[in-house]
Amino acid sequence: MDTLAEAIRLVAAPDVLIAILLSSIYGLVIGSLPGLSATMATALLVPVTFYLSPIAAVATIISASAMAIFSGDIPGALLRIPGTPASAAYTDEAYAMTRKGQAELALGAGLWFSAIGGIVGTISLIVMAPALAEMALQFSTFEYFWLAFLGLMCATLVARSSPVKAIASMLIGLLIACIGIENPAGTPRFTFGITDLLGGVEVIPALVGMFAVSEVMRAMVTPDPPPMPRRKFGSILKGQWELTKKYVAPQVRGNIVGIIIGVLPGAGADMAAWVSYAMSKRFSKEPEKFGTGHPEGLVEAGASNNASLASGWVPSLLFGIPGDTITAIAIGVLYMKGLNPGPTLFTERASSMYALYIIFILANILMIPLGILMIRAASHILRAPRAAVMPVILLCCAVGPFATGNNLFAVMSVAFFGVLGFVLERNGYPVAALVLGIVMGSMVEQNFVTSLIKSDGSLLPFFDRPVAAVLAAMTIACLVWPIGVWAHRRFFRRQASVAPAG
Amino acid sequence: MAAFTRRGFIAVGAAAAGAGLRIGPAGAQGAYPSRPITMICPWGAGGGTDATARIVASLLEKELGQPVNVVNRTGGSGVVGHSAIATAPADGYTLGIITVEISMMHWQGLTDLTPASYTPLALMNEDPPGVQVPASAPYKNVKELADAIKAAPPGKMKASGTGQGGIWHLALVGWLQAMGLKPDHVAWVPSNGAAPAMQDLAAGGLDIVTCSVPEARAMIEAGKAKALAVMASERNPAFPNVPTLNEELGINYSTGAWRGFAGPKGLPQDIATKLTAALKKINESKEFRDFMAARGFGVKWADAQGFADFMAAGDKQMGEAMKAAGLAKA
Repeated sequence: MDTLAEAIRLVAAPDVLIAILLSSIYGLVIGSLPGLSATMATALLVPVTFYLSPIAAVATIISASAMAIFSGDIPGALLRIPGTPASAAYTDEAYAMTRKGQAELALGAGLWFSAIGGIVGTISLIVMAPALAEMALQFSTFEYFWLAFLGLMCATLVARSSPVKAIASMLIGLLIACIGIENPAGTPRFTFGITDLLGGVEVIPALVGMFAVSEVMRAMVTPDPPPMPRRKFGSILKGQWELTKKYVAPQVRGNIVGIIIGVLPGAGADMAAWVSYAMSKRFSKEPEKFGTGHPEGLVEAGASNNASLASGWVPSLLFGIPGDTITAIAIGVLYMKGLNPGPTLFTERASSMYALYIIFILANILMIPLGILMIRAASHILRAPRAAVMPVILLCCAVGPFATGNNLFAVMSVAFFGVLGFVLERNGYPVAALVLGIVMGSMVEQNFVTSLIKSDGSLLPFFDRPVAAVLAAMTIACLVWPIGVWAHRRFFRRQASVAPAG
Repeated sequence: MAAFTRRGFIAVGAAAAGAGLRIGPAGAQGAYPSRPITMICPWGAGGGTDATARIVASLLEKELGQPVNVVNRTGGSGVVGHSAIATAPADGYTLGIITVEISMMHWQGLTDLTPASYTPLALMNEDPPGVQVPASAPYKNVKELADAIKAAPPGKMKASGTGQGGIWHLALVGWLQAMGLKPDHVAWVPSNGAAPAMQDLAAGGLDIVTCSVPEARAMIEAGKAKALAVMASERNPAFPNVPTLNEELGINYSTGAWRGFAGPKGLPQDIATKLTAALKKINESKEFRDFMAARGFGVKWADAQGFADFMAAGDKQMGEAMKAAGLAKA
């Protein structure tokens, strides 16, 4: 109890509270700007943390990243442009709800279930950290290969277009993921002697181009959509309680999937959102409603990406292994501030650990009032003329990717992917599948090749390790299921057409 | 007003440049630095190199009395930022942090940049590779491990720590060669850095990880791994129980990942001298030492000439290791 009191005292210090408030606002703003991701929000905070006390330093990272992941939903719902990669999975859905006049419900769901997901994730961190960390350590490259492969399959599961086009789009993404020297052989591929291509194509420029720039281009060539009825935004939290009661199972599933994916090093909020959205569609009683402005997927994926954020800290705090790109940066800050990751952090510095838990919960509660303010402010965008909004977005698209690396090449990539995204979208190819291909491509390749090196070329370990076997069975079932359904249907149709003739 | 000020600024700048030319280096010494300095970091914000650049920049600011702004120039696996430092005007207003990759990438034919493309100022950090094995492994010391490696058929044992041809890979190659073994006697499993490799070590997928000991610290403290040796000329004061290869095996092999500060080639001598002196003060300062100790980074010092010699020797060593491993471009 003493440690808890001490922890509360640590958090209640004025500098910590101010740090939480300011970094929350900062995270909300960065996350809502297309092209500025939660990871980048964290990276840009690092120089600031030099001047803060240890608890305040970690508090800024926790609050800013949680807020950024939520507020990535805002431009997604209002403009069909995801603010962060973690929102990309359900952007179409949220935007469809806005077009139906349910912007409050879509954004409110994002906010409400993000906060719940964040709190559930935190509880998992408090209660099960050591057990979860042990689980994460069971994952070798064999398991990661199957996991990444499953992630790729989500591309076809969530697509509303034909699965063939989704797969084609995903394959282009995989091809793009091949560029650069960051491959298992350490050999430059498809770089054409261009230095900038050595590092490969980064996800952020590709995402910004694919979603934001192509949306701007689309706005330029299509007439203004019928203006939305001018009305004040209703209550943002109204209706969320009904959703909470209605979608208990999706929520629980979303939280669990988010926690598991978050705990696994290397797989973060982006993947959690994709997998959860795909699962939601698969298990839903009304899968046909998905993509038409149906909140079920939002509930599940919105909870999932925030839950993964908190549980991503488990391997970071226990073993110094980053759960995702955000905690990779956070680990550096932890070391710098003398909060060295390791089991001793939980025993010898328990009060600091409790303080971190309290900050997590505080940040997720604070998310609700601040989020409501942010949504209200952002809702004016819907009333602004498109001719005024689009140039600002284009500016953000150029500035955001430039800001982290000060490299003009990132801006050129954005332009390239904007055109590519526009062309693909016009022809009915889902761009989300392509982005997923880029995100997962290197993970699939890396884990496949390293696994083969470790097993001296034998494929057997992909199946004979217990966890790998389960994941393999799931993946193969996912692969074979649609073919089975197709063959079944085809067989019966032929029978049906043969029968009358005979 | 704005136009006037700007014109005035240009005029002052031109006058200053003229004055500099006329009076020559002696005059410039008093003047430098007369405006903010840009410090280029070839790696992304939030990483270890970025953190080092930023702490040094903030201390340099105090030393020189002018703002020192860290600018991350990422891309091309570090080549973009390194080349931005090399091609900047050699006036002392653009400096940068350079890393071990500069002595590796040109061997692979990825860039024309070599350590000779810079005016070295100071070496500030070096982290030697360690030899980590799973906590459950039967070897009690690095000698037993070395015997096990020699006894195993080629390719049987697996090691990791970074990507193919990365610094920790070359460290392993150098060590194997020093033991008289083939560079691929222990198979290298490429990974995305030290952390995933340590995780795979704990998951039972690997036999050895050759990342630096501080990178493995959390796993060692969690009782999942143990460090048997460091490939350095002396022990790391933060890990006094980990012996060197020389102590245990009598192999005098050392290498490491380093970070140093440099300017473009042809930096005026007086400016370089002034910067090296400032960096020496920083290297000895409590703030810098505390910061590096907290991050687990090793502090190292070499002045301009020492850094140049260090890089030349390291460059040669890397070239040999990369040729042996078949990584260098013929």
